[in-house]
Amino acid sequence: MKQIFDAIVVGAGPAGCACSFTMAKAGLKTLLVERGKFPGAKNMWGGVFYGPTLNQLFPSFWQEAPVERYIKRHRLSLLTKDASLSAEFTAKKFGKVPYNGFSLFRAKFDRWFAAKAEQAGAILASGLQADDLLWDGNRVAGIKAGGDELPSSAVIACDGVNSFLSEKAGLRDKLSPRDMKQGVKEVIHLPRNLIELRFNLSGEEGIAWEFIGSFTRGIPGGAFIYTNKESLSIGVVVQLSTLAENKIEANDLLEEFKQHSEVATYLAGGKLLEYSAHLIPVAGSAMMPALYTDGFLVAGDAAAFTLTTGLTLEGANFAIASGLAAAETVIRSKQIGDFSQKSLSYYPELLKKSFVLKDLKTFKKAPHFLENPRIYSLYPEIACDLAEKIFTNDGKPRRKIWKLLRKSMERKISFWQVFRDLKKIKKAL
Amino acid sequence: MNPAKVEDKLAVNKFDIDKEVHIRIREDICKKCEEHYCLYACPASCFKITEDHITFSYEGCLECGSCQIVCDKEAVDWALPRGGFGICYQYG
Repeated sequence: MKQIFDAIVVGAGPAGCACSFTMAKAGLKTLLVERGKFPGAKNMWGGVFYGPTLNQLFPSFWQEAPVERYIKRHRLSLLTKDASLSAEFTAKKFGKVPYNGFSLFRAKFDRWFAAKAEQAGAILASGLQADDLLWDGNRVAGIKAGGDELPSSAVIACDGVNSFLSEKAGLRDKLSPRDMKQGVKEVIHLPRNLIELRFNLSGEEGIAWEFIGSFTRGIPGGAFIYTNKESLSIGVVVQLSTLAENKIEANDLLEEFKQHSEVATYLAGGKLLEYSAHLIPVAGSAMMPALYTDGFLVAGDAAAFTLTTGLTLEGANFAIASGLAAAETVIRSKQIGDFSQKSLSYYPELLKKSFVLKDLKTFKKAPHFLENPRIYSLYPEIACDLAEKIFTNDGKPRRKIWKLLRKSMERKISFWQVFRDLKKIKKAL
Repeated sequence: MNPAKVEDKLAVNKFDIDKEVHIRIREDICKKCEEHYCLYACPASCFKITEDHITFSYEGCLECGSCQIVCDKEAVDWALPRGGFGICYQYG
């Protein structure tokens, strides 16, 4: 079959769209294949996106992209069964251009992003599944999709966390449940004015609220509530292996979380609009597949480019940046007429120069550290217990905070163990 | 009152269900399995156990891949539904 395309990008998420846009803009004949009925139909995330990478690509993108609210407030709460201890940060700066972060829906955002790629000249084929790779000897020479063979000089796999294509290209092994977190999320409708009243927001302001504590029953993970224009995104994110080994379902944890007295009042009267689930690769560089072979590159979640630092779990910027690096690599290959493995080794070179591989290296030890179960139950418990002791007025003579802390830790953990955990924080985070 | 059970939550989602089944389980292996990780890993409760028998229904599948990754006996033949079919998120 005659080759029409220089490059075929599989998956119209942030990585695939950024990649297609850039290649098409440089004049490469680009096909963007998406298995969903429309870009975003298969995709889900927590819902907060930080904008610097996209802002470089599309200055002031928030003026045209379907953003929900800009994130003005960040709140973190530690929950026990009956108590909650919170910290909140807000700054005027977060309410001003270029804004720090946004709440967004993938079903809308990805469609907008893919349309940008189309406007740049890429051809978008939605509802088309890439079933297999096309080989020419040891070289990837295109894809098989919908019964057709589609040849191309390069294939860029942006097909997400379960990336079939990188497995078929022999670049990665079977995924391990220990390296995965499962996110389940509900989108709950609430009237706009009620959201603003309950969360102390005005206009287009939003809050990103993260939780850790007893509701995950010691399983590494947490929960979140993000505000959209007229809905809340609420979900839990938990390690897949521990979930299954403890015979617990993520939905049960989500229900427990939603019923917590501190959470329930914010959701009252809301109506369920959607229930979704997705996996997140969280082991960082330890689970990264080989990133390229002859005629083939991997980007985004497919390459396990997500960063977990404890308080943040971030993937979209890594997806966009890796999509851009893949595009730059393929554009260069087209110029020199060489799509071999050797030529494509330019890709990791670019990634090493950008935050993608730098951040993954800096936080190399974070995934292992974050498996420590004490973070998710014991420490929130001690913190809430101490706060309760400090704030309780029982008419008796008061004691110094240090003594109260010792009391809170009694028979639970030694100072030595806390010291050792703190030392690990220094190394990991 | 909002639903608490997965089955009822899935009812609000938009699906274009394919006639073709995209995931199959190998019941001979499942019969001998003691862990049944799939029962807990599936966020859409697609796996059910009746006495010693595991059944799977693909209709509510959210295509997350958890079942295949969590099964250490390779009893889940996992594939995606054909292009355009399956879950169709309106928010995501």
